[in-house]
Amino acid sequence: MATIQARGVSKSYSGKTVLAKLDLTMGDGELVCLLGPSGCGKTTLLRIIAGFITPDAGQVLVAGQDVTPLPPSARRMGMVFQSYSLFPNMTARDNVRFGPRVGGVPAAEQISRADRLLEMVGLAAHKDKYPHQMSGGQQQRVALARALAVQPQVLLLDEPLSALDAKVRAQLRDEIRRIQRETGVTTVLVTHDQEEALSISDRVAVMNEGRLLQVASPAQIYREPADGFVARFIGAAAVLSGVTEDGAVRVGNLILQADGARQHAGGQPVDLFLRPEHVRLEKMNGHIPPGAVGADVGDTTFFGSLTRIRLKLHDHADSAGLWADLPSEQAEQFVAGSRVLARWDASAPRVISRN
Amino acid sequence: MKRLGTGGWVILALAAIYFIGPLVLTVIFSMWEGRGHYGFDSYVTLLQRPNIVSSLVISVELSLATCAALVVLLVPAMVFMNLYAPKLRPVFEFIAALPFVVPAIALVAGLSALFTGPEWLIGTPFYLVIPYFFLALPYAYRAIDVGIRALDLATLTEAGLSLGADLGQIIRLVVLPNLRTALVGSTLLTLAVVMGEFTFANVLLFHTFAVLINEVGQNAPTEAAALSTLSFLITWLAMAGVLLAGRRGGVQLSGAR
Repeated sequence: MATIQARGVSKSYSGKTVLAKLDLTMGDGELVCLLGPSGCGKTTLLRIIAGFITPDAGQVLVAGQDVTPLPPSARRMGMVFQSYSLFPNMTARDNVRFGPRVGGVPAAEQISRADRLLEMVGLAAHKDKYPHQMSGGQQQRVALARALAVQPQVLLLDEPLSALDAKVRAQLRDEIRRIQRETGVTTVLVTHDQEEALSISDRVAVMNEGRLLQVASPAQIYREPADGFVARFIGAAAVLSGVTEDGAVRVGNLILQADGARQHAGGQPVDLFLRPEHVRLEKMNGHIPPGAVGADVGDTTFFGSLTRIRLKLHDHADSAGLWADLPSEQAEQFVAGSRVLARWDASAPRVISRN
Repeated sequence: MKRLGTGGWVILALAAIYFIGPLVLTVIFSMWEGRGHYGFDSYVTLLQRPNIVSSLVISVELSLATCAALVVLLVPAMVFMNLYAPKLRPVFEFIAALPFVVPAIALVAGLSALFTGPEWLIGTPFYLVIPYFFLALPYAYRAIDVGIRALDLATLTEAGLSLGADLGQIIRLVVLPNLRTALVGSTLLTLAVVMGEFTFANVLLFHTFAVLINEVGQNAPTEAAALSTLSFLITWLAMAGVLLAGRRGGVQLSGAR
């Protein structure tokens, strides 16, 4: 097991910068997710770590050793690909023992290692099956076992769950986490699925346009996004643009309570981010008390136990609004078009400067 | 599945007659002994010819050597092109199609002028492997290309590399076994092309099986028909052998269930 360090890694294609002097350190035994939209450079960074792409500048260090000049086959990294990538002519067991086999491990050891890993991923009974005889989830488990069979210093997972259906994806996600904890192998997972990243990682590295925007624990990323992009990208949030005014944010004619505004000078242009789970609703009884805003109930989206209600703010010229997540039974009393009061704790909104 | 209608059966029957009719008539003619008698005289006479076995052996050896050359040279070249230089695909396509547009006699002239060595090869029938490689190239290229396109070659190669294999091991242990069907197709087509090639062998004065058929046909038409029949049988047996070998431990390339 080992630490991974990317130091000043840059990559451009035809003048377009894909990675811009990126620095990232991953601790021993840590599972770090590279999260970002398509084209943000997360897969390029993973492939540079794997050795499939040579960076224009910078270094990749594994356990303190510079592996940048090494070919992929000499890096001792296991990799799982999005498209399964099992060798079609080999059984599950032969796939898993491929790495030890080409590495010169004695045949008996190859087989015992393959059988042990197939047992670990719950596929001991499927060891003699060919890839086409297995489901996508089973194939990806074999791919995981195969990557671990070379006893890698680092495990690289390139969107391993994106080709699977939702139920299998959730199962395999838990399984990857369990196996990663059991083996203690330092793991880098690339994904564009924020739910996946937040649920599986020790830390999440959010990327956009070739830059790292924030590297932090999932909870910190969710609660304290470093900038507007992270706040918009992670989870659902209402975004209201305004200016700070006496420890609140003025949005048009509205004064919205937000302790975070105190961290900015008065009159500063800011964005106020408010998560739907922080918004509480009451039926309006004629007047709007301090600390609340008036709104009209708009569309609702049913998520099972929760219902998300869209709110159109009164006294606001734009169509900007809020969302409120309520238990579905409670949400039924707020029908579309009705007038409500929306409240939240002043500590809940995140206020981020627009400069 | 929809049933084959009457029209379909008629088309199938016409196609079968078109393909099988000449073969049956050739067999019948090869057994004709004159005056309404039929027998195996022409086959007996044919098999007593002193050069039949040697010319057959030469053609079979040339077929195998050409197949080997295609596997050793063409497959790695196509794998490298697909992995590292996909922009060269149009160049490969152009080269692979060239033998179709250059007449065989022009190829012979060019070959004689260009390939003047090495000495150990020039005087032997194996010199023909060079032109036969190019003659079989369009068919072999197409068959192997279809096989390679069906594989996710880049990801399989990267998977192999990440597991510590070198490119040679990946080609030997992963690519070639997964190209089995394509290689069988390529081999069958190469066998058929080489066994029936006449122009090169005749102009360069090598006594292959096709040259023998032509010789016999000049002065003994029923023997020529018998030889053609034998030639068909030999080619088909070879093809059946290759197909059986390819089917054993056959590889499924379909995706997930």
